[in-house]
Amino acid sequence: MTDIQFKVAKTVREAASLMAAAKGKGRILAGGTDLLVQMKAGMVTPGTIIDVKKIAEMVSITETKGSYRIGAATPAAVIGEHKKLRKAWPGVVEAINLIGSTQVQGRASAGGNLCNASPAADSVPALVAAGAIVTIQGAKTRRQVPVEKFNSGPGKTTLKAGEIVVSLTLPARPKTSGDAYLRLIPRTEMDIAVVGVGVSLTMKGDTCVSARVGLGAVAPTVLLVEAAAKALTGSKLDAKALDAAANACSAACRPIDDKRGTIRYRTKIAGVLLRRATAIAADRAKGISRPAHSQQGH
Amino acid sequence: MAKIHVTTTINGAPTEFLCDPSQTLLDVLRDQLGLTGSKEGCGSGDCGACSVTVDGRLVCSCLVLAPEAEGAKVETIEGMAQGDKLHPLQKKFVEMAALQCGICTPGFLIASRALLERNNNPTETEIRYWLAGNLCRCTGYDKIIHAVMEVAAEMRESAK
Repeated sequence: MTDIQFKVAKTVREAASLMAAAKGKGRILAGGTDLLVQMKAGMVTPGTIIDVKKIAEMVSITETKGSYRIGAATPAAVIGEHKKLRKAWPGVVEAINLIGSTQVQGRASAGGNLCNASPAADSVPALVAAGAIVTIQGAKTRRQVPVEKFNSGPGKTTLKAGEIVVSLTLPARPKTSGDAYLRLIPRTEMDIAVVGVGVSLTMKGDTCVSARVGLGAVAPTVLLVEAAAKALTGSKLDAKALDAAANACSAACRPIDDKRGTIRYRTKIAGVLLRRATAIAADRAKGISRPAHSQQGH
Repeated sequence: MAKIHVTTTINGAPTEFLCDPSQTLLDVLRDQLGLTGSKEGCGSGDCGACSVTVDGRLVCSCLVLAPEAEGAKVETIEGMAQGDKLHPLQKKFVEMAALQCGICTPGFLIASRALLERNNNPTETEIRYWLAGNLCRCTGYDKIIHAVMEVAAEMRESAK
């Protein structure tokens, strides 16, 4: 660890140039809740650590005509305290607020959760359901990519050398919309998802007019389950539609067997959580406030 | 290797130190500044024994790099009592035996203070979730939770 450089970037361009100059040995420091643990475990040895928390664009939340842009390094606690965002995207915010303890929430970010690229990342299924767009800065240009296309495998992203994630943008949507994220863990708090499901719906009366479903911890990357969304869209969220959507989620699963859950169990639970998350999202779309989890004190 | 010069404020006192780029705030607090109240339990952000606040935000100091303290306001357990006068949480922890070996206590106190500064009327469930990142291996949690609830009640009473 003797040659590590610590740099504080003042602008996004500067952070990207530092990243490019580090020639593959650069690591972005947002909350550090993954990076520091990995460094201590000897899993990564950065050449340059680039702190991006002095870049306003990367640690702020802005709203433009109903669309929210969340800086990639914004601490989860700050996201949870943003009342308007919580009201607009309760599922996204509850997913981000499930990551770790209060102390971890004070530092951990949605950008970091995405770049860490765990298939079980809690924020990602909710972001996929929300249709979030990732803004990426390279040495010269900016590009955008849908969040479901960002990761390419466990621990792997599609970022090219020298690129960094700047922000996540949640699109504007009709008021009669709602979203929810549910995960299964064997405990009540501070654990890694066995399965995680994010659902985002827009309702017109009792009819679902559009839907998106994100499914986590059951494949090498978080999945956008278009077949489940299709089953919900146009329906009144009746038993037949929910059965079809739940089956679509189970069919999309390509999980591993591990100590957290078997293939069979994860496949079944994916459908169960789809039903429950859909019910919560639908209530929220109708303006009925529904807590999905026991919330921390904010 | 070049050391980094950091200017910060710790418990209200302007403080300077030199550190390595990959040194944690916890290491500097304990090994260079002699502030050994913050404990290292796990070193990976799971146990909360190293809890401090940085610019008012509760964090694990084992997961903060020391150079990140530049320009920040850090509060540690050493700043909690005013001289001989214990903070109400410290007093209540003693009265209600909310500690045994004491390793987790500084972290619990700092985390509990951060909660009560935001919310002086937390439910037991809210306290338990807020403190879920602080682990105790001997007393158990009930006495700690009840002590925090008592202090919250006293705060509400004195605010009347």
